[in-house]
Amino acid sequence: MTYTEIERQWTTRLRRRFVRLLPPEKLLPDTQPTYVSSWIYVFGVTTLAALAVVIASGCLLALRGPQWWHTSSVGHFVNSLHLWSVEIFFFAMVVHLWGKYFMAAWRGGRALTWMTGVVTFLTSIAAAFTGYVSQSNFDSQWISTQAKDGINATGAGAYFNVLNLGQMLMWHIVLLPLAAIVLTGLHVILVRVKGVVPPFEEPVKVSQ
Amino acid sequence: MSLTHFAALLPLDTLGHYLHWHFIQISVANFVVIVLMVFTFIAAIFAPFPGRRRRKENQ
Ligand code: HEM
Repeated sequence: MTYTEIERQWTTRLRRRFVRLLPPEKLLPDTQPTYVSSWIYVFGVTTLAALAVVIASGCLLALRGPQWWHTSSVGHFVNSLHLWSVEIFFFAMVVHLWGKYFMAAWRGGRALTWMTGVVTFLTSIAAAFTGYVSQSNFDSQWISTQAKDGINATGAGAYFNVLNLGQMLMWHIVLLPLAAIVLTGLHVILVRVKGVVPPFEEPVKVSQ
Repeated sequence: MSLTHFAALLPLDTLGHYLHWHFIQISVANFVVIVLMVFTFIAAIFAPFPGRRRRKENQ
């Protein structure tokens, strides 16, 4: 192969583009600016850690099924682990988003970071909702029969039927987790590409 | 001891408690979570971060 042929290959061009966009020292940096040493920056990674526990405990529930998580004590425990990691996930995500809101962290070309955050938030709400209606107990029956009127009023009920347990479970364990994981990955990569947003500049003091 | 013993520590089979304020209606549980999030947010801003050196002013 000649040199120009290698230059023109799509693999070569794509690799160069990736490395230019996100060189290894930017992807896994060893230091961060001093203003990052504040508790408010911990909540993004807390959300990420909680999401990992949500996914892992969800996989354990899928492995054994509802008869197990409703009747055995270990099943109850893993079920609780799944619920409480979701609680921590949302709690940390809300504190994270308040923090980013008051930092106006969408400045300096970070609009896509903010927007992927927004869409992840909405996706997570849908994931939590389909989880509640997938419990296969009286609670899920109550929630789905209450929710159906609201969702049917929007017209979405034709495609998204909350009384259809099979459909809700598939959304909960396939489509929405997949979307949440992809969006979160994109979100974190965007943070790395752009670097942490600098704080607002202090007004210049004029000495008299 | 089975985990059902722990369930007996809290009354879980009573009606939920709600707060009413004009048209606003919220369960006590949700209200408590919101208060805790606000508290955590304020603490995250003002609590000193370990390992952070104090900035010397006027230098
Ligand atoms: C699955 C949910 C989420 C995860 C796992 C996540 C994770 C992260 C992480 C690890 C960071 C970098 C560390 C930090 O600054 O905390 C970050 C930054 C950021 N997040 Fe999130 N986040 C999530 C949801 C959101 C939401 C809902 C928003 C706002 C609507 C948001 C907006 C941002 C912004 C704008 C930044 C960039 C901050 C900067 O450049 O300094 N994120 N996120």
